[in-house]
Amino acid sequence: MSFRRFVEIGRICLVNYGEHYGKLVAIVDVVDQNRALVDAPDVTRQQISFNRLSLTDLKVDILRMPKKDTVKEAFVKGEVYQKWAGSAWGRKLEVRKKRAGLTDFDRFKIMTARMKRSYHVKRELAKMKKAAKA
Amino acid sequence: MAKSSEAKPRASRNPELVKGVRKFSRSVMYGKRGLWAIKAKNGGKFPVHAKKAVVEAPKKPPKFYPADDIPKPLHKKKAAKKPTKLRASITPGTVLILLVGRFKGKRVVFLKQLESGLLLVTGPFKVNGVPLRRVNQAYVIATSTKMDISSVDVSKYSDAYFKKEKPKKKRGENEFFQTDEEKKELSAERKDDQKAVDGQLLAVIEKVPDLKSYISARFSLKSGMKPHELVF
Repeated sequence: MSFRRFVEIGRICLVNYGEHYGKLVAIVDVVDQNRALVDAPDVTRQQISFNRLSLTDLKVDILRMPKKDTVKEAFVKGEVYQKWAGSAWGRKLEVRKKRAGLTDFDRFKIMTARMKRSYHVKRELAKMKKAAKA
Repeated sequence: MAKSSEAKPRASRNPELVKGVRKFSRSVMYGKRGLWAIKAKNGGKFPVHAKKAVVEAPKKPPKFYPADDIPKPLHKKKAAKKPTKLRASITPGTVLILLVGRFKGKRVVFLKQLESGLLLVTGPFKVNGVPLRRVNQAYVIATSTKMDISSVDVSKYSDAYFKKEKPKKKRGENEFFQTDEEKKELSAERKDDQKAVDGQLLAVIEKVPDLKSYISARFSLKSGMKPHELVF
């Protein structure tokens, strides 16, 4: 199996540690084996260790060390945030965030909804099993 | 000041002739001093200064310590007791989760705070079996689920309402042997009060879908639930 995500100029990464935890950044330059220079519309340009980055499937079309405005444009043009929200990874994070914010009553409502769903699923399954036997 | 001490002492107008005998008599000096004039000016009386309030000298500590310890009362209890502050997250109509006692885990409705600072809550009894009850707010989790209970009348409930009648003490030997206590029946008044509150509360609860079953369900931690990260 070959690698599909590479450290390269324009690669979108998810910051998984520190102040900018959870933000998407683009690699603007590679400083050395351990660090990259990253930038994003909502982040000041800075070095960050690769340990604190998770590479994503997304990429924006930029050259090395572009101006801030160019980075902003590239994020818009590349539809980074929309694509991220549509991706499985982005949706998972969104769901996780929503779950964490649920109140006690909300959790209860979800529980009852799940019980209802499994009731119907089981009933249909039983019907099908019965039909298959006959 | 240094100057006044250097000044010459004023010569007396009534010099001493020999020791103990002065030149002028008392009555002559009275005239010389002009005291009559002062008297006449003030209506036949010497002017009197108002007496200064006597400042009591601070008590000296006793020279000897008492041989025996004399018990000293500790500091007096403070007279004013601050009213208990109600947690900001608890307002009338908030659903609370009880944490201790026989109703632990039950979700109840907060009605009001009593004078003692305790919270007046009820299940309602019809929904989950928790009667009108007082709880300390420390033993409660406040959820963000709130309902409008302005239609529920709880004005008659106070700490006095929950006061228990003292059981009559049986005297004599029998008190150790007779252990069969009569089971207390709940007074009809209490039952009626509970019914009244339940009825009013149920009307509010049934307006919100799922709320009734929510309140009737017990809260408990399941695997994977991190209580410090939960939002209630």
